[in-house]
Amino acid sequence: MSIFLDKNSKVIVQGMTGSEGMKHSQRMLDSGTQVVGGVNPRKAGQSVEFDGGRSVPVFGSVADAMKETGATVSVLFVPPKFAKDAVIEAVDAGIELAIVITEGIPAKDAAEFFNYAKDKGTTRLIGPNCPGIISPGQSNAGIIPSNITGPGKLGLVSKSGTLTYQMMYELSDIGFTTAIGIGGDPIIGTTHIDALEAFENDPETAAVVMIGEIGGDAEERAADYIKANMTKPVVGYVAGFTAPEGKTMGHAGAIVSGSSGTAEAKKAALEAAGVKVGKTPTETAELMREIIKGL
Amino acid sequence: MDLFEYQARDIFEKHGVPVLPGAVAEDPASAREAAERIGTPVVVVKAQVKTGGRGKAGGVKVAKSLDEAEQYAEQILGMDIKGHTVHRVMIAAGADIAEEYYFSLLLDRANRTYLAMCSKEGGMEIEQLAVERPEALARIAVDPNVGIDDAKAKEIVDAAGFDAETGEKIAPVLQKLWAVYRDEDATLVEVNPLVKTADGDIFALDGKVTIDENADFRHEDHAALVDTKTEDPLEAKAKAMDLNYVKLDGEVGIIGNGAGLVMSTLDVVAYAGEEHGVKPANFLDIGGGASAEVMANGLDVILGDDQVKSVFVNVFGGITACDKVAEGIVGALSKLGENATKPLVVRLDGNKVDEGRAILTEANHPLVTLADTMDGGAAKAAELAAN
Repeated sequence: MSIFLDKNSKVIVQGMTGSEGMKHSQRMLDSGTQVVGGVNPRKAGQSVEFDGGRSVPVFGSVADAMKETGATVSVLFVPPKFAKDAVIEAVDAGIELAIVITEGIPAKDAAEFFNYAKDKGTTRLIGPNCPGIISPGQSNAGIIPSNITGPGKLGLVSKSGTLTYQMMYELSDIGFTTAIGIGGDPIIGTTHIDALEAFENDPETAAVVMIGEIGGDAEERAADYIKANMTKPVVGYVAGFTAPEGKTMGHAGAIVSGSSGTAEAKKAALEAAGVKVGKTPTETAELMREIIKGL
Repeated sequence: MDLFEYQARDIFEKHGVPVLPGAVAEDPASAREAAERIGTPVVVVKAQVKTGGRGKAGGVKVAKSLDEAEQYAEQILGMDIKGHTVHRVMIAAGADIAEEYYFSLLLDRANRTYLAMCSKEGGMEIEQLAVERPEALARIAVDPNVGIDDAKAKEIVDAAGFDAETGEKIAPVLQKLWAVYRDEDATLVEVNPLVKTADGDIFALDGKVTIDENADFRHEDHAALVDTKTEDPLEAKAKAMDLNYVKLDGEVGIIGNGAGLVMSTLDVVAYAGEEHGVKPANFLDIGGGASAEVMANGLDVILGDDQVKSVFVNVFGGITACDKVAEGIVGALSKLGENATKPLVVRLDGNKVDEGRAILTEANHPLVTLADTMDGGAAKAAELAAN
């Protein structure tokens, strides 16, 4: 099993014909994902030929693509300017899962499309500004490299892309059911809590690694959730102990303002909820390995 | 990007929010001229810094004459307020304040909506009010797709407990502040204090606005709001090269890919540095899929920091190819030639790691050390910075 994405997931790509879309559609296909279509109104009716002799049709709209292919997942590589309209199109078409990879979407647009999707109630959003989701050996929707690790019994949820890769690499001896990068923007669709809940309910996930970073209070809220609801062990890591107040550390959401959003506060909240928190990614992986040994 | 008070004032005025006459000055003589132009018997000279607590620091003075305005401007300009040098003062018309209120509109990350906060008790630090008398601070969710319409404005002023007459005067101001928030792509609009004068008029006396830089593509005019005066020269250089760089106070230069990994690298270097008395010198994220050129630019920025004694390059290649990173390092070092004096520790993993390591091994540059792990590389870089 896995969460949100499995081997039967049929994936379309909004923005497939752009350079990023082409590159990552190829990578998704290479890692075994069922990429069944692309969306571009100006290239509807054409097909894109990918290496390995695979031909993927381009549709004029998400609705057309879904009707023709039965797709339930869309991955968006649409530039920031056009991202909001593209998400709303996917939501209107009733797609189950929309993964917004695009970095640099204005917070206002994200707030608007998130609330639009929430009101409709049919689409789960992941991102924006995220690496996507991979269920190793089954499907890969986004830009996470598929060759870091194979399937296993860990779940992983993280705000950061490269820390996701680093942690998958550190724990590649155990492997993962699903790893999900939820994104580092102030407004994101799927949260740590959503992923933790899904991992808790996934029979094949034995334990979860949760990676947080400075900014906001998502980790503190996740800690409350873990304390109240999780029976599976969770190991945590928080990045940004050395970040000064008032400076944005790369991710639009990664900023310490006043006493809120510090790594110290997040670590303390997680530890108070019984989560073991590593000092470095390597130490975090060690903590997880100990836990898995004891299960 | 946080705006200065005078910039917020101008933006408020543009959107019809009632503000008092005000002008910015960079020297005492212009401050005097501004006070003369404004023409009220009393003006307020206010330090323009992007931090709170300027009043307590002596950065706000009431001037009762043009001479006083000039004199206070001279005192305040150049002042250091919490590490911020005052380069500008705002001269604002004096007002006969009867009451002070508070209003803000911001992103609510937890609920993924906007949040309006309003209180009849303005003027003081709002964090303090929120802790000491939370019942005095109304908190109302605002749907991003609806905003502050007539009904929402009424809901906010009612929740804050204004009397009907004052509430009716404030509600339209809140709608105009919503227009600022929406039309300028703000993530924070705060007015503290929002005042009622003795004549019963409402004015936004002091404003704080944070602009979302991700929305710059639809706001050409926002480029002019960037403060080039207080911008760190290395940060400005990095920005011009499209690099995500933050200058810190330390000795170990850091380059990595991805915000999370770079933040984590800073932490790991800080731990390793405790033993050697060194700290990370910067945050620099070369982003996903960086080319050799981007890597070389990054090194160029970091080596331009005189405080830097060693550099730690920590890359986990997801999309980024380690061979490109290695090429960038080799290229930057050969361009620098004899000017390259600082040791580099390089840790590569992931996409094309073998190719990347082979390039560095073959180049065999005396300043470059290859590290097998992130923790090991951090320890080595800290050790080299201390020597």
